Amino acid sequence: MDVLKKVPIREQDPKVRATNFEEVCLGYNKEEAMEEASRCLNCKNAQCVKGCPVSISIPDFIKEVKEGNFKEAYDVISKSSSLPAVCGRVCPQESQCEGKCIRGIKGEPVSIGKLERFVADWAFENGVKPTVNAEKKNKKVAVIGSGPSGLSCAGDLAKLGYDVTVFEALHELGGVLVYGIPEFRLPKEKVVKKEIENVKALGVKFEKNTIIGKSFTIDELIDKYGFEAVFIGSGAGLPKFMGIPGENANGVFSANEYLTRSNLMKAFRDAETPIMIGKKVVVVGGGNVAMDAARTALRLGSEVHIVYRRSEEELPARVEEVHHAKEEGIIFNLLTNPVEILSDENGWVCGIKCIKMELGEPDESGRRSPVEIPGSEFEIECDAVIMSLGTSPNPLISSTTKGLEINRRKCIVVKEENGETSKEGVFAGGDAVTGAATVILAMGAGRCAAKGIDEYLSGKEN
Amino acid sequence: MYSILEAKELVADLIYEFVVKAPNVAANCEPGQFVIVRTDEESERIPLTICDYDREKETITIVVQIIGASTYKMKYLKTGDAFCDFVGPLGRPSDLIDTPIDELKQKKILFVAGGLGTAPVYPQVKWLHEHGVDADVIVGAKTKDLLIMEEEMEAVAGTLYITTDDGSYKRQGMVTKVIEDLYAEGKKYDLCITIGPMIMMKFVCLLTKKLELKTIVSMNPIMVDGTGMCGACRLTVGDSVKFACVDGPEFDGHLVNFDEAMKRTQIYKTAEGRKYLEAKEGDTHHGGCGNCGGDN
Ligand SMILES: Cc1cc2nc3c(=O)[nH]c(=O)nc-3n(C[C@H](O)[C@H](O)[C@H](O)COP(=O)(O)OP(=O)(O)OC[C@H]3O[C@@H](n4cnc5c(N)ncnc54)[C@H](O)[C@@H]3O)c2cc1C
Ligand SMILES: Cc1cc2nc3c(=O)[nH]c(=O)nc-3n(C[C@H](O)[C@H](O)[C@H](O)COP(=O)(O)OP(=O)(O)OC[C@H]3O[C@@H](n4cnc5c(N)ncnc54)[C@H](O)[C@@H]3O)c2cc1C
Ligand code: SF4
Ligand code: SF4
Ligand code: FES
Repeated sequence: MDVLKKVPIREQDPKVRATNFEEVCLGYNKEEAMEEASRCLNCKNAQCVKGCPVSISIPDFIKEVKEGNFKEAYDVISKSSSLPAVCGRVCPQESQCEGKCIRGIKGEPVSIGKLERFVADWAFENGVKPTVNAEKKNKKVAVIGSGPSGLSCAGDLAKLGYDVTVFEALHELGGVLVYGIPEFRLPKEKVVKKEIENVKALGVKFEKNTIIGKSFTIDELIDKYGFEAVFIGSGAGLPKFMGIPGENANGVFSANEYLTRSNLMKAFRDAETPIMIGKKVVVVGGGNVAMDAARTALRLGSEVHIVYRRSEEELPARVEEVHHAKEEGIIFNLLTNPVEILSDENGWVCGIKCIKMELGEPDESGRRSPVEIPGSEFEIECDAVIMSLGTSPNPLISSTTKGLEINRRKCIVVKEENGETSKEGVFAGGDAVTGAATVILAMGAGRCAAKGIDEYLSGKEN
Repeated sequence: MYSILEAKELVADLIYEFVVKAPNVAANCEPGQFVIVRTDEESERIPLTICDYDREKETITIVVQIIGASTYKMKYLKTGDAFCDFVGPLGRPSDLIDTPIDELKQKKILFVAGGLGTAPVYPQVKWLHEHGVDADVIVGAKTKDLLIMEEEMEAVAGTLYITTDDGSYKRQGMVTKVIEDLYAEGKKYDLCITIGPMIMMKFVCLLTKKLELKTIVSMNPIMVDGTGMCGACRLTVGDSVKFACVDGPEFDGHLVNFDEAMKRTQIYKTAEGRKYLEAKEGDTHHGGCGNCGGDN
């Protein structure tokens, strides 16, 4: 064994997986996990922990894995994370825990994410559940949104004995984990449903098909339905478009629409909701969402191009996703920016006009921003365009809640230490506060707000 | 699950009415809003206008025209069955609701409903009637058999004008002809609200623009979530792009780009689907294929 290298992970062959929606990464087995765990130096002043937004005691759980004590490893992780099977799969480890790992200086870092995933999957398979011990407190808390922030806030409050109800706008629970991130990266039945069942097992109630701000308002939750505190975890679901000519042509979709049709509505396996399968699809953007849309289109049978205005180094997606996308045959048109979408006489997309970019001088933030190269316009022929330019928080809640402060970017303003908003008894966290970010940050914010809510409600008693 | 307390066939094999128990929707809905419905776990999310509501009985009435695979499924639902999902109220209520009653009483209001559009027009006319405002209503249908809710409408409208394309009942001609006739008789209105197939709303707007009559339309583009999350429902209104599910569904009809909106409803109509519908329905073909204009 080469201690400088990670124990290789088993994956579906790129040619095979490009045509199916099964999970790409197959994960470690026991032996592989224990071997990988033995690469950890069990550092005293572990840097990896500083890289993890929720400070999982990484050396401690890895030590248990090394010794084959998987239940103990799960207990260590559970102290800090309520969605380990998800985070192990989707965290950008290279810029978080693994980015700080001491092993990474000379060789490859310890495969912390894959080990975390192994432990969480092992717990599912062996029926190990997080433990509840609290006495029931006769106090109702409402949680808006069943994404990672809402789920972890609800879970933590239930563990403290609160009577928690989660309200979800859609007909399925999980937020982006079910409507955004595709099956081949995050299996729904095997992982997301199980994580949600764990939260249900803690006594949390769920009300689907309920849109706060429409079905009822936050004030009604408090005044009419007797909730003593509210957590807003409504995410950042509003898609952005570029505002270029031709964007309303038939065949131009937001990544949210494309992914929702495939994931939530199960168009990928031929449920009743249709999805357009282009011959040649252009995806605009370079984040995780763009990679997911591109790889979904590829699996549905399209030739796929990614158009991104900066260079490869700046691609905001997880390194693993970019690598997987390339292996599967996605074509990257970098340093390229769309200027117009072309359509035929019936209003259908027939191409996209782009301009070449080059990186200019670094700005104040040190990032080199792209500038257009004059006269370099060219056309890419295509019959579908998927816009993946980011999302912002939906104004449904902020516009119907008096006294809730939001900032210029429409994000809810909170106190960092406890998630408290400008409105009494109302807390918030996740993408609704930060704008589109990551699962682990949303989860961390949900837990932080749960603590804040507990302190607020305990204080109210006295 | 959302129980169907009453299922009724309004027009044989074509238009069905359901009264559904949905307390959260019934408590807060207003005229002009809609719901999204799924029949079962495999179904699409289908947007449908709230056609009536009863806050005490906690029910919502919807009226569905069978035009494609998903609505076809609803045809088999009977009293006692249930919808698997039913969410709402979605969209913004009609502007009438926020206008002071005194101001409404000063206004002469005309509703123009086409085909199935009669159903969503009804709660608005009824709401006005309950607030002491009597609005005139034009209802157009292709033929007598396709006319719905005549009695209900008669009970709440000021004057009700019915017209059929083929002259099989009451007046003959399109709804636009009735508007022209009324204006020729010297009638004048301050506000028009029209709901029906997009093509009809487009022609009503072309006419009312000439008549300088402010006109509100209720748009029905393709939708997925209905909460502003996907952008499938986007329309060009004036200089800006609007999401019908959260900014609408009602807009100033003189600003809506109908041609673009009508093209966009064709996105998921495949060539085979169109042929299938036309072949299956033969002479009775009434729209849904996306080609004949019957549904637009
Ligand atoms: C395609 C895609 C891929 C991604 N990939 C990664 C990745 O690889 N790694 C990573 O770390 N992060 C990734 N992210 C980002 C990550 O998923 C989000 O940061 C995270 O899900 C945010 O969690 P949240 O709980 O704040 O909100 P969400 O997950 O957005 O959940 C919000 C929930 O609230 C519901 N809701 C909204 N408004 C209301 C209302 N008014 N009433 C009731 N319910 C409401 C919504 O329907 C939704 O279910 C990805 C995101 C997308 C879209
Ligand atoms: C705000 C709103 C209110 C509506 N109110 C009513 C109502 O009260 N009664 C009623 O019968 N119908 C109403 N509609 C239209 C209804 O939603 C469509 O007829 C229905 O979605 C067609 O589905 P289908 O699968 O049976 O048809 P198909 O033709 O098989 O549909 C194919 C695809 O196109 C979409 N689609 C096709 N036509 C429309 C359309 N006109 N509007 C939206 N999506 C469409 C469907 O979602 C589906 O994805 C409303 C639509 C909107 C947006
Ligand atoms: S939660 Fe994410 S950042 Fe933290 S240890 Fe796990 S994979 Fe790393
Ligand atoms: S920094 Fe790396 S080697 Fe050190 S404890 Fe963390 S995972 Fe182990
Ligand atoms: S239906 Fe998705 S944004 Fe309107």
